[in-house]
Amino acid sequence: MNDVLDVALRLLVVFVVFLTFPLIVGQTEHKVMAHMQGRLGPMYAGGFHGWAQLVADGVKFVQKEDIVPAGADRRIFQLAPAVALLPYLLVLLAIPISPGEGAVGQVVDAGIFFVLAVMGVGVLGSLMAGWASANKFSLLGGLRTAAQLLAYELPMLLTAASVAMAAGTVSLPGIVDAFEWWWLPWQIVGAIVFFVAGLAELQRPPFDMPVADSEIIFGAYTEYTGLRFALFLLAEYAGIVVLCGLTTVLFLGGWHGPWGADGLGWVWTLLKAAVLAFVVIWLRVTYPRLREDQLQKLSWTLLVPLSLAQIALTGIVKVVIR
Amino acid sequence: MTLAQAPHGFLSPTGVEIAFLLVGLVTFGAALVTVTTRQLVHAALWLVVTLGGLAVEYLLLTAEFIAWVQVLIYVGSVVVLLLFGLMLTKAPIGRSPDADSGNRWAALTVAVAAAAALVWVVVDAFRATWIDLDGPAAGSTEATGASLFQNWVLPFEALSVLLLAALVGAIVLSRRAKAESSSPPMNSRAATKSSRTVTESSLPVPDSRENPAEQEGTR
Repeated sequence: MNDVLDVALRLLVVFVVFLTFPLIVGQTEHKVMAHMQGRLGPMYAGGFHGWAQLVADGVKFVQKEDIVPAGADRRIFQLAPAVALLPYLLVLLAIPISPGEGAVGQVVDAGIFFVLAVMGVGVLGSLMAGWASANKFSLLGGLRTAAQLLAYELPMLLTAASVAMAAGTVSLPGIVDAFEWWWLPWQIVGAIVFFVAGLAELQRPPFDMPVADSEIIFGAYTEYTGLRFALFLLAEYAGIVVLCGLTTVLFLGGWHGPWGADGLGWVWTLLKAAVLAFVVIWLRVTYPRLREDQLQKLSWTLLVPLSLAQIALTGIVKVVIR
Repeated sequence: MTLAQAPHGFLSPTGVEIAFLLVGLVTFGAALVTVTTRQLVHAALWLVVTLGGLAVEYLLLTAEFIAWVQVLIYVGSVVVLLLFGLMLTKAPIGRSPDADSGNRWAALTVAVAAAAALVWVVVDAFRATWIDLDGPAAGSTEATGASLFQNWVLPFEALSVLLLAALVGAIVLSRRAKAESSSPPMNSRAATKSSRTVTESSLPVPDSRENPAEQEGTR
């Protein structure tokens, strides 16, 4: 009975995190973008600085009519948002926030592989949406999504493999346990490549060619309204949470901090992830969108060679210090 | 398998065995739909279900590492590549009447023969061996890595050379196709330009009919 309770409690906590953190990132995005652009952002909903704006948005989305285009492939059209969103929920289960068994939803033996594999599945949702909408803009968006995923999955995997080599394990808590401060300069190239490739996989600016609203309306999500559209947006923000958490765990030492990790490990993890989320928002405001060919070129001619070099460096250092 | 020994009788299957069988049935059904459906993209999506089902089977056999790699490579990359190809070329919504092959009986024969050979080999190789699912995970990352890089290094390296050869071959093929197809458009552009300068009305028609023929020829 105790076991059941334990599992239920863990699932509940992960679910609550899944429901709240993306909204916090979204609200932060409203505010940060507003201040960077010299405006106020949402100020009225909820009274204090518009904190309830996203709740209001959610209520609005729920009230909207759910439309399926006449020519669309109904079942796949309706299934796509779930396929896009659920993988991120599963990934959150495996991200540890502080040392010990109690601070991770489920200890996964091959954590890195689990996380990257399941994250890759989420893109299928965008592809399904792009195809099933029976809309040329959607199809173009889906195509671009697929091309982008194919290009950026490889550097992401390679850099993750580099960290796994450094730590000598593929379990996420194991990697953070093995972390030393000098890994930061050692793995810095890998960290940057991983983060950039992750941004591209989430289709966040400056890699938002698949949803480029000025040319293909909203890519694969053009035909969606109401709750299903909201689910796609939620998937994007959940993706930011997952990416920042993963980068923190893999490259920034998770719960390790300059003043020890005793009891305060989770604060360090959340703080690092929050700073990364801020960087994600910052990039959206400041960088112009990359063109499709520039996107592909960046990945194949810069990120892949860099990640291979990082793996070589990791291997050499690993052999030298043994 | 009829090779079960006394402690592992058929009549008292464990929960894992029942789950394994059920997931296997779902996987088999999805595989059947994959090859019989007339809707191309649906076939690709049913393939996702099939491959995902296989990953679950691996998980039930405690081969966690293999399961995640299965999801990563097949669901995450191969199917995405497949869908990408479908969307680039031909992905109608609804049934495609030409999504059928006259070779279906030959294909069925080959498939049944291959399946029979595989089942026979596996049954013959393992006979009455049972995996102890309650003991230490036999398929953990550590166990898989150790056996792969201690006992099976040579096949592993041979496979990597095979993949390298395929990679190099793909690059050579695509470069040759590019070199051949990039020269005709240069000529044809020059041709259309000159034709436009000569006359504007009559000549472009045969020209435009000629170009696709040329390009198809190179493919």
